[in-house]
Amino acid sequence: MTTATATDQTLAPRPAGGPLQAAHDSLVVAKRNLIRMLRIPEVVIFGLIQPIMFVVLFSYVFGGAIPVPGQHGSDPSVYRNYLMAGIFAQTVTFATAGAGAGIADDMHKGLIDRFRSLPMARGAVLTGRTIADLVQTALTVVVLSIVAVIVGWRVHNGVFDTLAAFGLLLLLGYAFSWIGALIGLSVRTPEAATSGGLIWLFPLTFISNAFVPTSNMPSFLRTIADWNPFSATVQACRQLFGNPTGIVSHAWPMQHPAWASLIWSVVIVLVFRTWSVHKYRTAAA
Amino acid sequence: MPGAIHAEGLVKTFGDVRALDGVDLDVPTGTVLGLLGPNGAGKTTAVRVLTTLLQPDSGTAHVAGIDVLKRPNEVRRSIGLSGQFAAVDEYLTGRENLQMVGQLYQLSARVAKIRALELLERFHLADAADRPAKTYSGGMRRRLDLAAALVVSPPVMFMDEPTTGLDPRNRQQLWEVIEELVSGGTTLLLTTQYLEEADRLAHDICVIDHGKVIARGTSDQLKARTGGERVEVVVQDRDLLATATEVMTGFAKGEAKVERQMRRITVPVTGGAKLLAEVIRELDTRGIGIDDIGLRRPTLDDVFLSLTGHAAEEADSDEETPGGSGPDAATGTGTGTGTGNGNETEEAAR
Ligand SMILES: Nc1ncnc2c1ncn2[C@@H]1O[C@H](COP(=O)(O)OP(=O)(O)OP(=O)(O)O)[C@@H](O)[C@H]1O
Ligand SMILES: [Mg+2]
Repeated sequence: MTTATATDQTLAPRPAGGPLQAAHDSLVVAKRNLIRMLRIPEVVIFGLIQPIMFVVLFSYVFGGAIPVPGQHGSDPSVYRNYLMAGIFAQTVTFATAGAGAGIADDMHKGLIDRFRSLPMARGAVLTGRTIADLVQTALTVVVLSIVAVIVGWRVHNGVFDTLAAFGLLLLLGYAFSWIGALIGLSVRTPEAATSGGLIWLFPLTFISNAFVPTSNMPSFLRTIADWNPFSATVQACRQLFGNPTGIVSHAWPMQHPAWASLIWSVVIVLVFRTWSVHKYRTAAA
Repeated sequence: MPGAIHAEGLVKTFGDVRALDGVDLDVPTGTVLGLLGPNGAGKTTAVRVLTTLLQPDSGTAHVAGIDVLKRPNEVRRSIGLSGQFAAVDEYLTGRENLQMVGQLYQLSARVAKIRALELLERFHLADAADRPAKTYSGGMRRRLDLAAALVVSPPVMFMDEPTTGLDPRNRQQLWEVIEELVSGGTTLLLTTQYLEEADRLAHDICVIDHGKVIARGTSDQLKARTGGERVEVVVQDRDLLATATEVMTGFAKGEAKVERQMRRITVPVTGGAKLLAEVIRELDTRGIGIDDIGLRRPTLDDVFLSLTGHAAEEADSDEETPGGSGPDAATGTGTGTGTGNGNETEEAAR
């Protein structure tokens, strides 16, 4: 070797393992994905434009047309405040598509092979990706909150409740990015991961209390909507933000939305993380 | 003692395709095995199985003495891989790519940084170190990928067609890097389409086709099997071809092959350069002018073509050759390679 600055001894891979290594490896991969996001800012920017468009469209186009049952007055600002938690929740779920496309892209380019040949912690490639997506989602939520405040959205329950609501939102987004990871590992191309990662989000977000009160739905849809993890988070946020909630169903998740949201998100992370990591280890790109 | 890479009876099927059909391999520590074979032979599949990326349907494999199937993560600590297609993150710079790989090999951030710099210099990427890899040329990416495989100087390396797409200078330099590694005790499994590369680097060569080993041995052994030396003469005057053939037959160990149109005579011989000198003297004495004369030895290209050409036909007609006893498949197929197109082995000028 010509320049033996790093001697052979220091170059021997340190035998490691356990949660510390897992955390370390995940952060290394997360950093890599965040660098990528900085180098492809279009992705982040489009990720921002979409929810902002939703805020503006729903606020001004539907604003006066959709009454919120149980709230007096037809002031459009009532619907705007009702709506905002739904838009937030919808925005964080779109992290799914990002995670899926990113992982499918890595598979496609052979990078996953490189990672799988390294002595890394098992789940680190996927955990790193989902952490990076969480950071991006958080950024989107911050920008979106500012836009929301501009169009008249307000919170009423103090800092702690507000932060708790954002915490639940980000946790939901994190949970969904694990579903995205599984989709990304299961399809052959990044394009398929993007569309595959998006289509199921439409029924998920629309058969819910996000945009219209569930009280007007047929009872069959209403049951689905009441038990939808997405609805639980939306409902929890409305309560924590002190926004209008409309008429609240008697279903358990709607009565205890913060707990329901928390439980749902944790369960989704556990199930889909286990499944994805297994898939990652056996995937033949 | 089994070698640093040792595999027995590897089988891997993809649907109907038997990508590996009972492959045995043994690479003694500190040596280079060249894995040759036509496209689709199963080379990449073999590399992927040995580097823990793919589960074989059956068979066993040990790398650095560790069971690949049972303890893959320990194997990963001991290997470096450069796959057939460069696996680098396009949006990261060369430096970032190497630092990331170093850290994932569990080097400290500081050491990973130093190491990245060393490798960038060694692979002539220092000028491009801080540009995203997507701005790299194909050969630069390839080099970055190879550098990534060398981040920790692992005891066992796998390189799948490492010099494909490299220009002659970079190829030469990579060969030097590889030779340096091997002299330091690294064991290497190398697949390649450049037989010159196998000839230069590999201690042992293993030819596979249709997922089976059809020949193995040193490059010299394989060449000897394909057929011995030949003297090839191109005479100036077509009218003297018959006389010349007569002369040549006097030196030959077998039948002379005459190509009238080319004014070329080829005869199998033994005796090497000394005999060549005698042939030249004799032709001169008889007043036969020569345009070109040379002693040809079979190149690995000849070996490859005769082995895989033969094997391919055979696989279609019957399945008689068992995977391990492939060497026999080489005998008697020395023809068809006699034209020596571009075989520039020890050409003697007039
Ligand atoms: N993931 C896969 N799915 C289906 N078939 C596969 C897969 N990987 C390899 N094969 C098949 O297995 C056979 C061996 O492929 P492999 O990539 O190992 O060949 P190779 O010797 O590396 O060829 P090349 O010189 O072209 O790189 C081929 O017929 C290929 O089509
Ligand atoms: Mg290949």
